[in-house]
Amino acid sequence: MIKSQKRSKHTVNAVIYIILSVMAVVWLFPILWLVVRSFQGEKGAWITTVFPQKYTFANYVNLFKDTTLFNFPKWFMNTFWVAIFTCLLSTMLIMMISYTFSRLRFKARKGYMNVGLILGMFPGFLTMIAVYHILKVFGLYQSHISLILVYSAGSCLVYFIAKGYFDTIPRALDEAATIDGATKNQIFWKITLPLSKPIVVYTALTSFMGPWADFIFASIIMKDNYDKYTVAVGLYKMLERENIFNWFTSFCAGAVLVSIPITILFIIGQNYYVEGVTGGATKG
Amino acid sequence: MNLKDYHLMNFFEKFIYHLMNFFKNLPSRLWIFLVKFSKGFIRFFVKLTHNTVSFFLILKQGDVWTKLSFVFMGLGDIVRKRFLQGFIFLTSEVGFIFFFFRFALKYLKDFGTLGSVVETEYIDEATGIIMYNTADNSMLILLFSVLSLSLIVLFIALYVISINDCFKTEEAVKKGFSTKTAVQTIKGLGDEDYHKTLLTFPTVMVVAFTIIPLVFMFLIAFTNYDANHQPPGNLFTWVGFQNIKDVFGGNQLKSHTFFYLLKWDFVWAFFATFSNYFLGMILAIMINKKGIKGKKLWRTVFVVTIAVPQFVSLLMMSKFFGDSGPVNLVLQNMGLNPIRFLTDGKIARRMCIIINMWVGIPYSMLITTGILMNIPMELYESAKIDGAGPVKGFFQITLPYVLFVTTPYLITQYVGNFNNFNVIYLLTTGGPKSLHLYQAGETDLLVTWLYSLTIQYQDYNLASVIGIMCFIVSAVLSLLVYNSSSSVKNEEQFQ
Repeated sequence: MIKSQKRSKHTVNAVIYIILSVMAVVWLFPILWLVVRSFQGEKGAWITTVFPQKYTFANYVNLFKDTTLFNFPKWFMNTFWVAIFTCLLSTMLIMMISYTFSRLRFKARKGYMNVGLILGMFPGFLTMIAVYHILKVFGLYQSHISLILVYSAGSCLVYFIAKGYFDTIPRALDEAATIDGATKNQIFWKITLPLSKPIVVYTALTSFMGPWADFIFASIIMKDNYDKYTVAVGLYKMLERENIFNWFTSFCAGAVLVSIPITILFIIGQNYYVEGVTGGATKG
Repeated sequence: MNLKDYHLMNFFEKFIYHLMNFFKNLPSRLWIFLVKFSKGFIRFFVKLTHNTVSFFLILKQGDVWTKLSFVFMGLGDIVRKRFLQGFIFLTSEVGFIFFFFRFALKYLKDFGTLGSVVETEYIDEATGIIMYNTADNSMLILLFSVLSLSLIVLFIALYVISINDCFKTEEAVKKGFSTKTAVQTIKGLGDEDYHKTLLTFPTVMVVAFTIIPLVFMFLIAFTNYDANHQPPGNLFTWVGFQNIKDVFGGNQLKSHTFFYLLKWDFVWAFFATFSNYFLGMILAIMINKKGIKGKKLWRTVFVVTIAVPQFVSLLMMSKFFGDSGPVNLVLQNMGLNPIRFLTDGKIARRMCIIINMWVGIPYSMLITTGILMNIPMELYESAKIDGAGPVKGFFQITLPYVLFVTTPYLITQYVGNFNNFNVIYLLTTGGPKSLHLYQAGETDLLVTWLYSLTIQYQDYNLASVIGIMCFIVSAVLSLLVYNSSSSVKNEEQFQ
C-alpha cells in the first residue's frame, strides 16, 4: 500500500511538472518573441513567418545612430535622471510619512490617515489636466522637474507597506532611547531607519522603477516635445500607425534594452520585500 | 444555526455560507458605515462650533493687546516679547493682504460667471496689425480662483492659530507661567512636535498635486467645459447639475454609454480579479508542493514576466494577437481562418480577460506564496493526526486560511481592476470603436473612456463626472472592507 501511495505521489509530481512546464512556455514565449524580433533582419512590422529568417544587430545600432526622428539615447538618459530624483524624493517622503503615522501620536493623526486613504482611491490621472494647467502656470510645463514632482507627490499616498514595517519594530527600543535623552528626530535617523534597511531599499527600488514604466503622466505632460520624452512614451510613439512599419524592430530593441535593467531591479527588490516582510515578523 | 452544524459542513457549504453571510450583512454594514460617517461628520461640526465660540469668546475675555491682535496679527506676541512668533504672524498678514488685493480679487470677482469678455480680433488703426483684445479665460479664472480660495482657507487657519496663541500667552503671563521661547519652539520641532516637521512637506505636495487639482476637476463637472467651449476662443460657464443629469438619462447616447461601460467594467473586474486570484493560488501551491524541485527557478520564470514593464509586455501582446500577428499567421498556415482577436468587440473583451491572466497570475502567485509560507505547520500536523489527507488539508486549512488573510487584498484588487488603465489601453486602446457608444469602444472601461474624453475629445466636463463616478464606486468598495478588516482595528496590537 505504501508503494502505491509513493507511486501516486510520483504521478502527481509528474503532472505538476508538466503543467508548470507548459505554463512556463506560455509565459515566456511572448517575451522570447520580443527578443527574437529585436534581432530581425527583415524590415517591417509584419512578416510572413512567426520568426524572422534573417538576423542582424542593426536594430540596436540604429537606435543609437539614427536619432533624427526618435532620439532613444536621450530618452534613456531623461528617464534615468527623472528616475534618480524621483527615487530620492519619494523615498524621503514615504519614510517621513510612514514614521509619523507609525510612531508619533498627535491629535489629527487618524483624520490625516483617513483623508490619505480616501484621496488614494481617486484614479491618479483624473486630475492630470488640472495638474497640467497648474504646472503650466508655474512655468514647469514640459519639464522633467514637473515629472519628478508629480511622481513624488503621487507616492505620498502609498506609504502603507513602509508603515506596516515600522509598526513591527518594537516600541521598547524607542522608549529606551527616549530615556537616554534622544529626541524623536534622533530616534528616526539613528534607530528606525537603520533597522528598516530592507524596506528602505524596496521603496527606493520601486520608486526608481516607476518613471520607467509610466506612460500616462509622461505623455500628458510632455505632449509633442519629443526631446523631453521618457522611454515609455517614446517607445509607444514608435508603434503609432505612421511609424510602425519603419520602427517596429527598433521598438523591440529599445524595449529589450529597457526591460533588462528593470527586470533585474525588480527581482532584487522582490528579495528585499520578502526579507522586509518576513524579517519584520520575527523581530516583533 | 449553531457551532456544531457549522463544523459538520464541508468546505463548499462553508464557502457558500460565508458568501451568503457577506451579502446578507452588506446592507447592515453599509448602514453602520453611514452611521459612523455621519457621526464623525456631526462630531466634526460640534467641535467646529465649539472652537468658533471659544474663538470669539477671546474677543470678550482677552485684554486690549489680544483684542488688537484680531486686527494686527501677532501684536500680542510682540508686546509680550515673543518677537519671532509675532513677526511671522505679522508678515504673513501683510503678505496675505497684498496677495488678496493684487491677485486673488482679480479672479474671484469673475468666479460666478467664469468670465464674459470673449476674445475677438480687431485691426489696430495706427499700425494696421491684427490685434486681440485682452479676453477672459474661463479656465484660468477657475484655476486661480481655486488656488486663491485654498490660500484663503490656509490664511484663516493661520489667523485662528495666531489669535489662540496670543490668548494663551496672555493667560500664561497673567498667571506667571513662563511661555515657550522661540528656541524651545524650534527645538520642539525635532521632538514633541516632530510630526509637524515631517508632515509639512508631504502635505504641501499632496495639496498642490492632488487636492487642488481634485477640487478643480470636481468643479469642472458642473460647467460646460467641452470640445465646443475651449477658452480663450470660447468661454465656458456653470451649468449646474446638467452633466450629471445627462449621464443619468438626460442624454440618451451618453447615459447609454455610461451604463453599458459600467456593466462591462464590473464584469471585467470580477473576472480579472477572481481568475487571477484562484489560478495564481493554484500555481503557488503547485510550486510550493513538497517534492517539487527548483522552486526558486519556477518562481523566477513567472516573476520575469511581471518584471518587464507593462507598456512593453502589453504593447507586444497587442501586436502578438493583432490581425496580422504571429498567432493569426500560425492559424492561417494551418489553413484556418484568422481570428480578429482584438478588433471584434466580443472576442476582444474575452481576450482582455485572458491576457490579463498572463499579466496577473504571477502577481497573485507571489502574494499567495508569502502567505503559504506563513501558515503554521502545527495546523497541518494536527490535521494529519486527525487523519486528514492532503486534499482535505487543502480544503480545510490552506484555502480558508488564504481566503481569510487575502480578503482585503481581493477587494483592493477588484478596485484596482475596476480602474485598470494599463491593460485595456495598451491592449486595445478601448477599441473597437462603436457607433452606439459616445466616443468609446467596446472594451473601454470607465477610466479609459475618461482618458480619451480628456485627451482626444476634450470633453472635460463629462470626464469629470465619470471620474467622480469611478471614485464613488472605488470608495464605497474600499471603505466597506477597510472598516471591517481586522488589520485596521488592531493596529496598535502589533506594537
